[in-house]
Amino acid sequence: MKSSVIIFPGSNCDRDMDVALKKFGFENQMVWHNDTNIPKSDLIVLPGGFSYGDYLRCGSIAGKSRIIKSVIDFANSGGLVLGICNGFQILTETGLLPGILQQNKYLNFICKNVFVKIKNKENKYFKNIKKEVLELHIAHNEGNYFCSNDELKSIEDNGQIAVTYCDDKGNDNENNNPNGAIQNIAGIFNKDKNILGMMPHPERMIDPFLSGEDGSLFFENLIGSM
Amino acid sequence: MKVKVIVTLKNGVLDPQGKAIQQTLNGMTFDNVSEVRQGKYFDIEVNESDESKAKSQVEEMCKKLLANLVIEDYKIL
Repeated sequence: MKSSVIIFPGSNCDRDMDVALKKFGFENQMVWHNDTNIPKSDLIVLPGGFSYGDYLRCGSIAGKSRIIKSVIDFANSGGLVLGICNGFQILTETGLLPGILQQNKYLNFICKNVFVKIKNKENKYFKNIKKEVLELHIAHNEGNYFCSNDELKSIEDNGQIAVTYCDDKGNDNENNNPNGAIQNIAGIFNKDKNILGMMPHPERMIDPFLSGEDGSLFFENLIGSM
Repeated sequence: MKVKVIVTLKNGVLDPQGKAIQQTLNGMTFDNVSEVRQGKYFDIEVNESDESKAKSQVEEMCKKLLANLVIEDYKIL
């Protein structure tokens, strides 16, 4: 399986993602934001970081970069597109995913392990993961997911909520909401479930030395379900 | 010509920075400040002499890049 990780100026999780994808069997290539074509891929990843210094709004400039048209075409033809953290912000700015990531409710940069509950397994990203709750890492200042009430109803009705912040037992209530995200949302799909954006970083939890291996479950499932 | 744009959060959208500024002002003895909403201001130099053309171009810029209409409104001054 071939994957491509797009590098924007200011991306800083691109190489971690490269390591993770290769560890689980992807043949990964790095693609520069100023290119226009993406080599043949089964998966495109928009990595975490601070593309263009988070100028204007997080992900807004990257959302208009030269490579993005190819990413949008690939996504619209059913290709798998995964956006992690800043990648999630970019996906909302391109309009591929609904809503927006606002500044965290209490204005603090949050860097810690969190638990997330898998809300929908009828998709390639979570299909055969046996656990219901994963321990992953977050590191962001703008992870406070927001959308209008109409959009929220639509993403709930279409099963587009992918993961929610919760405790180790899977209780996804306000007490376990690190950043003020509406309905504790940590990640969402598009309607067809081929695009996933999420704030937690699975690529940071692929080795016991990195405080956990639940990220491994994510990548093992992903390559297995393709 | 120069076109000026203000982008602000829509009413009802949480503005934590505005809230922090308001609380700081209250702490500085400006007790009567009940709300602060923070926004962005853009000065855009457009090489276009026709004012209505320039403004309609800037309107496009607002919709496509300068504001995110999910949470923000724009005002061309």
